[in-house]
Amino acid sequence: MAAISREEVAHLARLSRLAVTEEELDKFAGQLDVILQSVARIGDVAAEDIPPTSHSVPLTNVYRDDVVQPSLQQDDVLAGAPDAAEGRFRVPRILSEEE
Amino acid sequence: MSDVTRMTAAQIAGLVASGEASAVEVATAHLDRIAAVDERVHAFLHVDREGALAAAAGIDARRASGEQLGPLAGVPVAVKDVIATKGVPTTAASKILEGWKPPYDATIVERLRAAGTVSLGKTNMDEFAMGSSTEYSAYGPTNNPWDLGRIPGGSGGGSAASIAAYEAPLAIGTDTGGSIRQPGAVTGTVGAKPTYGGTSRYGLIAFSSSLDTPGPCARTVEDAALLHAAIAGHDPRDSTSIPQPVPDVVAAARLGATGDLTGVKLGLVKEFAGEGAEPGVMAAFRESVDALVKLGAEVVEISCPHFEYALPAYYLIAPSEASSNLARFDGVRYGLRVGDDGNRALEEVMSLTREAGFGPEVKRRIILGTYALSSGYYDAYYGQAQKVRTLITRDFTSAFEQVDVLISPTTPFVAFPFGSRTSDPYQMYLADLYTIPTNLYGGPAISVPCGLSEGLPVGFQVMAPTMADDRMYRVAAALESAVGTFTPPEL
Repeated sequence: MAAISREEVAHLARLSRLAVTEEELDKFAGQLDVILQSVARIGDVAAEDIPPTSHSVPLTNVYRDDVVQPSLQQDDVLAGAPDAAEGRFRVPRILSEEE
Repeated sequence: MSDVTRMTAAQIAGLVASGEASAVEVATAHLDRIAAVDERVHAFLHVDREGALAAAAGIDARRASGEQLGPLAGVPVAVKDVIATKGVPTTAASKILEGWKPPYDATIVERLRAAGTVSLGKTNMDEFAMGSSTEYSAYGPTNNPWDLGRIPGGSGGGSAASIAAYEAPLAIGTDTGGSIRQPGAVTGTVGAKPTYGGTSRYGLIAFSSSLDTPGPCARTVEDAALLHAAIAGHDPRDSTSIPQPVPDVVAAARLGATGDLTGVKLGLVKEFAGEGAEPGVMAAFRESVDALVKLGAEVVEISCPHFEYALPAYYLIAPSEASSNLARFDGVRYGLRVGDDGNRALEEVMSLTREAGFGPEVKRRIILGTYALSSGYYDAYYGQAQKVRTLITRDFTSAFEQVDVLISPTTPFVAFPFGSRTSDPYQMYLADLYTIPTNLYGGPAISVPCGLSEGLPVGFQVMAPTMADDRMYRVAAALESAVGTFTPPEL
């Protein structure tokens, strides 16, 4: 049985903001199924009582001194933007027609 | 003067310090070498000839005025394209960042400058460091200098190939699952992954933040140690940077080079010493173990029962973190924007931008990570992978109660031909079988060339406890003193 369906991959692509093509969906669904079947054996490990590790560095609440330093120049930051106007990032409209 | 491109970084630094060679002469020789061979190797995505010559002239001027120079003054270095370099194109080998010039430098780039190195340019890689062959670069693969029809490893294939092709004596890589060590292994060069948190991530384009570790690539163990020492150390701009002194890796490499390993205990990872690797890889590995025993080391077999689950754990954790990290590429603040015709709404423009800007492996991993983090699957996949990460860490800590370092081959197979592992992504993932456990644990590991199999290089991996990076340099340098270095055929 497939671990993941083509419909699920399409849904995940939408959530990931990827406008994938029909051909990609066909290809990715098969490939992701192979990958998921391969990694699924992680479930074989008995680990109910084992605490999770999110990070290898045993540091918590890391602070640094709050020293005022020069920030990046506005022009330098906007120079890499796909579109800018009046010292700001210019974005496409947020709401769609029907909203 | 003999050809400086064949010299070690240590030798070049000595020549520049004594005035026998100028930094400009050294940089020019390497830039000329790049001009001569990189059309065939394609190690570089961007060669910064002007910037390199200006930096070199600056070193020469400072030396002439009697200034104290850094330990690597005048030594050229190549920088992986996933690292932010102010005003110099940085793409992570992705179309989504084509032409982007960062407004700031990564911490390690600042440290490279402080050490006096001269940056030659940016090296090719798998897009966003996801891959083991550079075949996922949006700008075409890098060719292995040992055989131009074979992969140079990945993701940092460009950095490793630039060194193997004598285009640079040193290079910077990043290692999330083996991206420094596996390219080192298949190009016959040295690649070291420092302790996670031992080198700053500030200015790295993030792939998997709990695993990403920048580190050195070089042709000798001593050179790798010199570069490691130059870039390592606490950085207040990285909250996961370890506020402790860096172990003296250079002294350890020099100690190891004396060829005496008396009293050093090596743990041979049982799970990585049997099936799975090519016979030629295992043969070279076994011969190297014998060589280390002759130098006085004691070898015991150590079982690390959870290592076999490292690959599945990694391919749940790393894509999960990547799916979140790569959300920043939304076509708003930098990089590509596609489909903004004045009518389309933001969300649609984002989806079209990401579809056009990301390559197939990046998309696969974003989708896989989104899946593993979904409610309903989280406990079975991401949550379980994090628990297994704890068990893998316990395997390491219990092993290091018995031995000083762990050893294994670096990768199960030598450089493979282009196209042989791209149709089934999981076959590509197997390249990192032996390197991934270390990333999940967070300790340091190094790959050092140990022999040839059918004329292609084999890497030997030494894994050490967290913040004991010096131990792996000692053992790697000792092995190098026994087996020598390996030179690819003339290009």
